[in-house]
Amino acid sequence: MLIGESLAVSAVLFSIGVAGVLVRRNAIVVFMCVELMLNAVNLSFVALSQLHGMSGQIMVFFVMTVAAAEAAVGLAIILAIYRHTQSVDLKSINLLKG
Amino acid sequence: MDLVTAVFWFFSAWAIGSALLCITRRNAIASAMWLVSAMFALAGLFVLLQAQFIAAIQVIVYAGAVMVLFLFVIMLLNLGETPRGWQRWYFWVGGVGVAVLLATQLVVLRGYSPQRLADEVSEMPSPDPALVFPEGRAELAAGESQGVVGVVARPLFEAYLVPFEITSVLLLVAIIGAVVLAKRRL
Repeated sequence: MLIGESLAVSAVLFSIGVAGVLVRRNAIVVFMCVELMLNAVNLSFVALSQLHGMSGQIMVFFVMTVAAAEAAVGLAIILAIYRHTQSVDLKSINLLKG
Repeated sequence: MDLVTAVFWFFSAWAIGSALLCITRRNAIASAMWLVSAMFALAGLFVLLQAQFIAAIQVIVYAGAVMVLFLFVIMLLNLGETPRGWQRWYFWVGGVGVAVLLATQLVVLRGYSPQRLADEVSEMPSPDPALVFPEGRAELAAGESQGVVGVVARPLFEAYLVPFEITSVLLLVAIIGAVVLAKRRL
């Protein structure tokens, strides 16, 4: 059933996603790292659904829908920011900085 | 090591390698392509974990639709090689530190087997996992008679009908939000 192994792989992928979010400056790459973290969590849902029934797979279904909605709105926000600052560098997004 | 385990580790190594390349590439397009590769590897893992329908929608929705949206925006903004794509060094220390800490905490989950989960949930000494978690076994058996899509569809349209409808409203809100945000003048 490979449950422990899947949870470990999921943990490693999630941590890679966290590192990417904290280390990169390109807003779109940061966004892709968030998608990677969502995917890692999906893996643990699917692994545990072998034991606990189909609810885990249905949760994955909802996570995917929310991720798609988030990608659409988030990329629209990045487009709007790009029009303002001509850049997607997170360093240049400092309007709220005192 | 049997064949399933070997194939599992092959797909795991593929996913982790692609994810590492995804966060280290300078070019945003290269990052996106490596993320697509990681998602294909995850779809392979889902098949090994008896979730064939989820694997199919992983390829269609994630690798197909969401990543095309990402590539479309990267190309629309004409982002090529960026001169300095990294945060400063103290972000590196913090980022890699948090990631390593999180990984060591979470990798402890490697020790979880069905037997150990059953031990923690049940009060009996060394119970049979199949008796403690009857749902998983029952629904895997149901999958053989109803098909892998039927097994997911039945609870989705019975027990989870209201969340399912709320999801459709969420998608409508996301469409309207994206149009409002991205349009220059309404």
